[in-house]
Amino acid sequence: MEPILDCQNLSKKYGNFFALSNLTLSLEKGQIVGLLGPNGSGKTTLIKLINGLLTPTSGHVLINQMDPCTQTKKIVSYLPEREYLNTRMRVKEIISYFDDFYDNFDMHRAYKMLEKLQINPSARLRTLSKGTKEKVQLILVMSRDADLYVLDEPIGGVDPAARDYILNTIITNYNENATILISTHLISDIENILDRAVFIQNGNLVLNESVDDVRMKYGKSVDALFREVFQC
Amino acid sequence: MAWALNNDRPIYLQLMERIQTDIVSGKYKPGEKLPSVRELALDAAVNPNTMQKALSELERIGLVYSQRTSGRFITEDDTMLKELKTSLAHEHIIEFLKKMKQLGFQESEMLELIEHTLKEGK
Repeated sequence: MEPILDCQNLSKKYGNFFALSNLTLSLEKGQIVGLLGPNGSGKTTLIKLINGLLTPTSGHVLINQMDPCTQTKKIVSYLPEREYLNTRMRVKEIISYFDDFYDNFDMHRAYKMLEKLQINPSARLRTLSKGTKEKVQLILVMSRDADLYVLDEPIGGVDPAARDYILNTIITNYNENATILISTHLISDIENILDRAVFIQNGNLVLNESVDDVRMKYGKSVDALFREVFQC
Repeated sequence: MAWALNNDRPIYLQLMERIQTDIVSGKYKPGEKLPSVRELALDAAVNPNTMQKALSELERIGLVYSQRTSGRFITEDDTMLKELKTSLAHEHIIEFLKKMKQLGFQESEMLELIEHTLKEGK
């Protein structure tokens, strides 16, 4: 089967600094992958390369065998690490905006999630709390039927109860052929829903293994291994 | 409510054990249909692929069987269910003995204590 994401010798240099160096990583369809690494390890750089927001210094990144372009943006659903929506808009306006913009947006699913998380569709975005804004962004991203979901720190500002619901919606909504790449520091919260953990450090890939293989090999959780590998 | 899983052992093994316990305790009856992979994964709050792996393993050892389009069912093989019950009990006993040894008890003392506790009715 063709990988959904294929990075070959991917490097990104800012001045003299390698944010990513020679990273080779290929992800199969149908799995949930944790992109894990300490601050400044290159996670967001990799994610921006996948989404065509940065161009590689060398090497290449392919999504479903295509360079990042308009075509790949149709099949990649991306949650950036920052707010990017017009905060004067109402939630329901943003939803119809997304519905207009993306063929694969499922408005019904979005409203169902809003209701479950008790978010008022008529509220203007700027009146919502930080955590609620994050929930809205995640709902928008997860309401698309994409092949690859790229979530940059999706649950950081969200309370634990809503976190459970969000992880639940990730398990329920993703179809068996979709791949989800999640970058996060909250490893123990998401470990049970991951197929695979990818560790990066100083722009290098240091581990790419299934969660159960990690537990079998090292006799500890991915969270515990992370703390050991990246000990300060 | 997510299933209680610990951190140091493979998740699929723990899912298998949990389902085995549910079978022995009668939550799922012999011949009964198991919920779908996705339902079980949601209930346990784990990755559906991991749940799939746990069920495939249970199928491999013969505890559940799948019927082409209609799902997975619990075996009706009584001997097998009895064996499962005994082997789960065995594991608990081994675990118990290990802990008692850590506390410094000899085997005879352990037996005495167990009998004593049983007599007192827990």
